[in-house]
Amino acid sequence: MRRNVRLLELAIFSPHNTKPIRNQGTKLVRIPVKAVGAATALLLSAPAFAGWEPTKPVEIVVAAGAGGASDQMARMMQAAIQKNNLMKQPMVVSLKGGASGAEALMYMKSSEGDPNKVLIAYSLIYMLPLSAKIPFNWRELTPVSVIALDQFVLWDNSAGPKTVKEFVDAAKAATAPFKMGGTGSKREDHVLTVFLEQKTGAKFSYLPYKSGGEAATQLVGNHTESNVNNPSENLEVWRAGQVRPLCVFDKERIAYTGKVTDTQSWADIPTCKEEGVDVQYLMLRAMFLPGKVTPEQQAFYVELFHKVTQTAEYKDYMEKQALKPIFLTGKDMVQFLEEDDATNKSLMTEAGFVAK
Amino acid sequence: MEAFGLLLHGFAVLLTWKTLALMMIGLVLGIFVGVLPGLGGPNGVAILLPLTFTMDPTSAIVMLSCIYWGALFGGAITSILFNIPGEAWSVATTFDGYPMAQQGRAAEALTAAFTSSFIGSLVAVLLITFLAPMISSFALKFGPPEFFAVYLLTFCSFVGLGREAKHKTVISMSLGLLLAGVGMDTVSGQLRMTFGSSELLRGINFLVAVIGLFGISEILLTMEERLALRGHAASISLRVVLSVWKDLPKYWVTLLRSSFIGCWLGITPGGAIAASFMGYNLAKRFAKDPESFGKGRIEGVFAPETAAHASGTSALLPMLALGIPGSGTAAILLGGLMVWGLNPGPLLFVEHKDFVWGLIASMYLGNVVGLVLVLTTVPIFASILRVPFAAVAPMIVVSCAIGAYAIQNAMFDIWLMLGFGVVGYVFKKIGIALAPFTLALVLGNRAEDAFRLSMIGSGGDLKVFWSNGLVGSITTLAIVLLFWPAIDALLGRVRWTQRTRATSC
Repeated sequence: MRRNVRLLELAIFSPHNTKPIRNQGTKLVRIPVKAVGAATALLLSAPAFAGWEPTKPVEIVVAAGAGGASDQMARMMQAAIQKNNLMKQPMVVSLKGGASGAEALMYMKSSEGDPNKVLIAYSLIYMLPLSAKIPFNWRELTPVSVIALDQFVLWDNSAGPKTVKEFVDAAKAATAPFKMGGTGSKREDHVLTVFLEQKTGAKFSYLPYKSGGEAATQLVGNHTESNVNNPSENLEVWRAGQVRPLCVFDKERIAYTGKVTDTQSWADIPTCKEEGVDVQYLMLRAMFLPGKVTPEQQAFYVELFHKVTQTAEYKDYMEKQALKPIFLTGKDMVQFLEEDDATNKSLMTEAGFVAK
Repeated sequence: MEAFGLLLHGFAVLLTWKTLALMMIGLVLGIFVGVLPGLGGPNGVAILLPLTFTMDPTSAIVMLSCIYWGALFGGAITSILFNIPGEAWSVATTFDGYPMAQQGRAAEALTAAFTSSFIGSLVAVLLITFLAPMISSFALKFGPPEFFAVYLLTFCSFVGLGREAKHKTVISMSLGLLLAGVGMDTVSGQLRMTFGSSELLRGINFLVAVIGLFGISEILLTMEERLALRGHAASISLRVVLSVWKDLPKYWVTLLRSSFIGCWLGITPGGAIAASFMGYNLAKRFAKDPESFGKGRIEGVFAPETAAHASGTSALLPMLALGIPGSGTAAILLGGLMVWGLNPGPLLFVEHKDFVWGLIASMYLGNVVGLVLVLTTVPIFASILRVPFAAVAPMIVVSCAIGAYAIQNAMFDIWLMLGFGVVGYVFKKIGIALAPFTLALVLGNRAEDAFRLSMIGSGGDLKVFWSNGLVGSITTLAIVLLFWPAIDALLGRVRWTQRTRATSC
C-alpha cells in the first residue's frame, strides 16, 4: 500500500456557496411548464404539469432499516409532500434494508420502466457493487436529483479525551486497540476508520453495528471508544452531554451556528484538517427512478423534489440534522455522480475493500 | 412522588372525547391487522402512519400506540385458533393455545391470552412509570458480549429445558441457524449462501418461514385427516371469562415470573422476542408435571403471553429513552416520532414531558379499553371454529399468502412460505420440534453478530464473556441451563434420598 495517502477529496460542488442552489432546478426542467403561477400551483393540490403524473401511490424506497437516516429523510419528504399537497397520489415509504441495502438496489434494478418507485440513495450505490459484488450499476437507474450532502464527525465519549490530538495520543498509547463503532462493513464508516489509521498511525478495532443509532448508544455505554457517525445519528446523545464531537471530516466547518447544546453549535466543531488530521468525506443523498422511464416522468420528479427542497419541513430538517443543502439535477448531477463514483472507487481500492 | 403527578397530568391531557374516540378507532384497526397473519403490528402501524401526519403529536401517538395494542391482542387470536403466529412472540402461545382450541377450549384459551397480555403490559407500564430513568441507564450496560450472553441464555434454556429429545432440538436449531446465515453478513460485508440469486439477498424472513411452518403445514396435516375439523364447537359464553379469572390467582407465580422475564428482556434492546420463549420454558421447568405442557394447559398460554406483552411494552422504553427500537413495531413508531419533530433520546423525557406522559397514560387507558373490547368479542372469534374446515381452509391459505407477500412485497416469499409449509409438515411427521428452528432463525443472526463483535473487541479472547458481573452471571446461568437435565437428575437423587430418609425415620 502506498504510504502517501491521497487526500479524501470529494468532487467540488459550489465551494463558494453553502446555501441551497435553488435556481438550477427550474432551469433544468425541460418540459414546458404550463403558464400557471407557481403560487396557484401550490395552492391547488393539482401540480401544474402538462406532462405525466403518477396514477398510483408512489413508493419511496429506503435502502436502510427503520429509524435510520434514510428512513427519517424519507418520512420527512412523505410528510412535506402530504402537508403541502405537492402530489395527488399518496407517497408510501417502503423499507428495503435487507442485505445492507442491496435489497433496495436490486429492487430498483428489477423495476425497470416503473415510474412509481423512487429510491433515496447514498454512497452504497458505489460501494456495495465493489465490496460485495452486487450486480448493480447506478447508471442503469434514472437520476432525478441530489438533495443533500451528509457530514461525518469523529465522536468520543464525553468522559474521553477532549481534543483530536489527545484522542490520537491515547489511541496510540493504548495496549488494546481503541474500538471504533460504525455502520456496516467495508462502507463509508469503515473507509474513514482505515484512513484515520493511515493518517494518524493509531490502530483501531472497527466494530460494524447494524445502525448508526446502535453505534451511538454503544459509545455512550462505553463499549466503544469512538465512532464516525453522521450528525443526525449522534445529535440526541450530544445534546444530552454523553458524547463529544472532536472534528468534522470536511474541508470547512458546518455552516449552522444555532446553539445545539447549551454551549456549542455545529459550527463550533473544528474540521479534522484544522486539528492536523487531513481526512475528508461527504456523502450524497440523492433520488433515483428505475431505468427506462420516460423524460416526462423524470421531469415530474425533478420538479417534485425541487418543490420539496423549498418547503419549511425540508429546511428545518436540514438544519436540525446538520445536512449540507444542495440541489443538483440533469447534467450537473450526472457529472457529480461520475466524479463521486471515481473518488469512492479509489478510496475503496486504497482501503483494500474491493472484492476480487 | 413526581412520577405520579406527571402521570395524572398525562391522564388529564388524554381524557377528551376526541382522544378517546381515536383510541377506540386505533384499537379496532389494530385488532383487525393483528388477526391477519403476517400483516401484524409493524405492517399495520406502517400502513396507518400517514393517517396521523396531520394530527398533533399526542393524538397521533395515542392512536398509533392503540393500533399497536390492538395488533398485540389480535395476534394471539390466529395463534390459538389456527396455529399461525402473527408475530415472533406469538409462536410460544401456539404450543398450548392451539391444543386447547382443538379440545374445544378456544374461548378459555383466548380469555387466558388476553388477560395475561393485559397483566404483562400493566406490569411493564408500571415499571416504565416509576423506573424510567434508572432503566435506561441499565440498557446502556449492554455491549456485544452482554447481548451474546442473553441470546446464549435463550438458546441454552431451549435445549436444557425443552421436553423433546435433545438431539432433535439441536438438529432443528442448527438448521435454523444455517438458514439465518443466508443473505448479507454485516460483520464482513459479504454475501453468504445466496448463490447469485437476488431474491435470496434479503435473507429468509422469519415471518414468512413461520407462516409456512406453522400455518400451511397445519392445513396439510388436517387435510390428511380427511378434512375433519379438529376444533369442536366451543361452549361460548361470558361465563368462561369469569371462570378463567376466578382461577387466575392460582397462577400468580407464573404470571409474576413471566412479567419479570418480559420486562428484563424488553428493556434489553432487541431482546423482546426471546422473552415469550423463556417465559414458556421456565413455566414448564417449574411446573410439577412438565409433561402436560404442549397438550393444552392454560399455564402454557399464560406464561408466554404475559412475558411477550411485558417485553413488547417495556421495549418502548429503550426506544423513547435511547432511540433504539426494541421491536419492529417500535422502529416504525420511532419513524413516526421523528416526523412529528420529536427526537427520541435522553432528553425526550425532559423536553417533551406532555408527550411522554401522555403516551404512558395512553398505555394504561389503551390497555384497559383494549381488554374490554377483545373480551367482548371472544365469542365471535371463537365461533370461527364452527365453520366447516373445507370453507375455512382456503381462506386461511389465502390470508397466509397475502401476509407472506405483504411483509416485503415479494412474490418469491409466497413460494418460500409454501416450501416451509412442506418442511413443517415433514418435521411434524418425524417428530422434530419447530420452535427451536424458528427461534434460531430469528435470533441466529443477532447472536452471530454479537459474538463476532465481542471477539473483534476482545481480540479473540473468550474470557470477555466473564469480564464483568453482568455478563458473567448471564453466561454462567446459560451454561447451567444447558446442562440442566444432568444437574436436575443429580439434585433429584439428593432430594429423593433425603425424602426416603425422612419417611423412613
